[in-house]
Parts: sequence; C-alpha cells; structure tokens
Amino acid sequence: MRIHPRHTQRIAVTVLGGATLLTLAVLVFIIVFILEKGLPVVGPGFLLEYSEDMGRAGGIFTTIVGTLVLPVLAIGLAGPLGIATAVFLTEYTVETKVTKVIRFGTDCLAGIPSIIFGLFGFIFFVTTLEMGWSILSGGLTLAFMVLPTIIRTTEEAIKAVPKSYRQVSFSLGATRWQTVKRAVLPNALPGIVTGIMLAIARSIGETAAVIFTAGSSLRLPTSIFDSTRTMSVHFYILAREGISLENAYGTAAALIIAVLLVNLAAYWTMHRFIAKRS
Amino acid sequence: MNLIGEKGVRRIFLATAFSALSALLLIALFIINEGVPFIVKYGIGDFLLASTWNPKEGQFGIFPMVVASIWVTLGAMLVGAPLGVAGAIFLSEFVPVTVMRIVKPMIELLAAIPSVVFGFIGVVVLAPLIRTYLGGPGLSLLAGCIILGIMILPTVISISIDSIQAVPRSYREGSLALGATTWQTVHMVTFRAAKSGIIASIILGMGRAIGETMAVIMVAGNAVKIPHSALDSVRSLTANIALEMSYATGLHRQALFATGVVLFVVIMILNSLAIMAMRKRVAKK
Repeated sequence: MRIHPRHTQRIAVTVLGGATLLTLAVLVFIIVFILEKGLPVVGPGFLLEYSEDMGRAGGIFTTIVGTLVLPVLAIGLAGPLGIATAVFLTEYTVETKVTKVIRFGTDCLAGIPSIIFGLFGFIFFVTTLEMGWSILSGGLTLAFMVLPTIIRTTEEAIKAVPKSYRQVSFSLGATRWQTVKRAVLPNALPGIVTGIMLAIARSIGETAAVIFTAGSSLRLPTSIFDSTRTMSVHFYILAREGISLENAYGTAAALIIAVLLVNLAAYWTMHRFIAKRS
Repeated sequence: MNLIGEKGVRRIFLATAFSALSALLLIALFIINEGVPFIVKYGIGDFLLASTWNPKEGQFGIFPMVVASIWVTLGAMLVGAPLGVAGAIFLSEFVPVTVMRIVKPMIELLAAIPSVVFGFIGVVVLAPLIRTYLGGPGLSLLAGCIILGIMILPTVISISIDSIQAVPRSYREGSLALGATTWQTVHMVTFRAAKSGIIASIILGMGRAIGETMAVIMVAGNAVKIPHSALDSVRSLTANIALEMSYATGLHRQALFATGVVLFVVIMILNSLAIMAMRKRVAKK
C-alpha cells in the first residue's frame, strides 16, 4: 500500500518533531530537577563553610577551591600549547602528510575516554613522576584532556578571519608572525575564548580523570602538591557512598550552575563574535 | 619576539604542533607498557574469554565485562541514534534557521552536564521507575542503556546537523522543484548525501558510550556476571577499572591497566572509522 506523500510528510513532522521535543524535555527535566532539589540547600553558608564529617554536614568551600584551581592550571598549560598548534596548522603550513597526522592525533585524543586519561595520569604523573595525588597531577591530566578542544575551536576561529586581513597586512610589508600577532589573532580572539570556556566547563564536570590524579582530600590545599577534591568528585562520593543526599543535591545544583554559567558565557561570546562578523 | 626572529617563531610553532600527537603517543605508551605484559603473561584468550573475575584468587577473566560493555553500548545506540538523527533532521530541515540557532546550543548544553549528574538522575529517577514497573533491582543494564543513550544525544545531533547542512542547497532545490515534499527530499536526497557524516556521528557516539565511566558505575549495578535480561545488574569494562583502581596493587592493578588497553584499542578503532567517514564527507563536498 502506498501512503500519499502528504500523509508521509505529516507523519514525518510528527515523529521527528516528537523526537526533538523529547530530547529538549530530558534536558529541561534534568536541570529543573537538580535545581529544584538542590537550590534550597545552597546558601552563603553552604558555599563558604568547610565540610564536616566527610561532607555529612557543613559546606563545600574546599571543593569550590579545588574546582577553581584545577581548570586554571589545565588551561594555563593547554591554552598556549593548543593555540600555538592551531596557529601552526592554519597559518604556517599547507595541507601535507604531517598536518594530516597531527589532525588525526588531535581527533583521536578528543575521543579518548576520561577513565583512560585517569589511568594515564595515575601511572605517569602520580606514580612515575612521583607527584602524588595532587593539584599538579590533576591539572596536567586535565590539560592533556582539553588540548584537542582548544586546538579545534582555535582552528575554526582562525579560519573564520577573512583572507583580506592577511593580504592587507602582507602588502604593508608585515612578516608572517606580525600578521598573525596583529591581524589574525586579535580577530580570532572571541572564538578562541569560546573554546577555552568550553574546555573549562569540561574540566569542571570531569570526575573519572580527576579522582585518580588529584585525589579526594577535603582539606584546603596550600600548594599545588596538595591533594584536592573538586565539586564533581565530592558530589560523586556523597551520592555513591550515601553520605548525605541533601548535600549531594546541593553540590549538584552548585555544579550545574557553574557549568551552565561558563557555557552561557561561551555562547554569548561566540554570538557577539558572529554578530560582529556579518 | 624580534629576538627570536621569523624562523625561530616558526620553529616554536612547529614544535608545539606535535603536542596533541605526542600526548596521544605518551598515553598509549604508558597504558600499553603497564597492561600488555600482563596480557602476555596471563594469555589473551584467558583474559578476554574467561568468566571469573576474582582478583584475590588471581583470576582475571573480563568476559562478563566485555559482554556488558557491548550490550550497554548497543542499547545506548538503540536509544540515542534514532532520537539523535531524528532531532538533527527535524532541526535542520523542518524548522526555520532561527529556531535551530536557539535549539542547537541548548542541546549542546546537554553535553556540558557532568556525567555524574546523569548517573545521579539515573539512580534517583530512572532506577526506581524500572524497579516499580518492570521489576528487578532497578540499577540495571536497561537503566545504563537509557542514561547513556541520552548522554550521546548531543554528539549525534550536533555532528549530524553539521553534515546535513553541508549538503549543497541545489540538491534540495532540485528535489523540491520536482514536486517532492520536504520529507521526500530528506529521505531520498539530503539523508543520502549526508550519510557518511551521520554515520560518523553515530560511531563517535558509540565511542562516547563505551568509554563512559561514572554514569555507568552509578546506574548499571556493577555485578560481575553475564546478563540474561535487560533488568540484570551489569558491570562495564570502564566501571571495572574505576571501581577497583583505588585499592588495587600488583597483579590486580596490572589487570586493570590491561582492561584499559582493551578499551583503548576499541576506542582507537572506532575513532579511526569515524574520522574516515568524516574525511569521505569532506572529500565529497
């Protein structure tokens, strides 16, 4: 039996639209559910007090510090490296076998699961280099993890800079580096910043790679050689070991808000970037 | 920078360009170095195909975990792939561009939600529902499949949308000019032209599903046994590593790294397939 095209069209719209709505509904449900249960717990006290009794009581102050410090270290390392890689790939070379291999490596690194990064960080930084469970080990591991994100987004941002900018710069007698520094990078900056913010969001939400490298100490770290616990790890431990469901919800809400804010900031930057372009 | 000169700058960039590649090789080297000697010593057949995992007795068969990982991943694909591809088609072909520009970032936001949060939602919302309506312990293969299926949605949708949009407009216009409806155009023209990109998105989603750790630990129950139904508790390869890594020593730890090697190899194969499919798309364009 052949169904009339008008009917298949209507069926397609219903089914495909339904699938899209379902996806959006799941997203909204997750965020609303966590915020509804968690926000009442989150107050100034919760955010600024030390945890007591393994997190059963008190706040999450030290885990906020851990959550701030690890991404800063990771981006501090992966940011310059990733941007330099992207500049090389787009401005200093043409497509060759070498760039193909570099791109392949970047794409593969992006697909490596976080538990593998955790294993690697544990055996390389924690054990072989004897850094122990520390902010340094965790930050380095996260740097490895976010490197492909930064390379890719920077590459896209640099490619979006119009060719004419470079041509004008070269015609004025500028060298390649001067062109990159004065014409290309300033114009690609918002795109690069977006990539960095997405990398920060990913580091904040990471658990598996962090728990085996930075450890899970609830004490306030005094140096980068101290172990620390991020909000994600804290939330995981609270929920999994059934320490305090109430504080787990509170931590999850704080975590979600942090990640959403960073993401919104990233999209906002990107949006302004695109608006300026067109 | 004038001190270094143009050539110096170039050299610095060339050196940094290998950062990602070196990182990948370093990771491969250390995981393999720690895991492969164990596989050789224990025997790859015994390691992959034996069903008893009992570290205290020196028995390291990961077959139940291999089966669990395969089922969880396939189940996640069953949930995530149709939903994701449908969403991608709808957003790129059936709604105005302005709607897509708002909805796509929202869906990508789903990728930013930490995996522990997904796991938690699985534990407090999904598992009780499964326990009440379908029976079993709740924390199960089925719960794992659904949660992972949701988690791979952003990957599938985002990459599928990109490849659908890469299809030249003239293809659609040609089809529409012949009197085809939007749906006919989608399934006879656009979908076929975007196929390799959509396949790549599904393979990448698969890679994400098989590598996901924290969410699976929280929702799948973690029992080391070959599942007989979707309601059984299972433990994936990733969960096995993460659950025991904190206290494992000696041979036990090596066995966990060997599990990591298996995972690493599978992921590299999936990655290469996805990258090949993507290249095909670019070449066609």
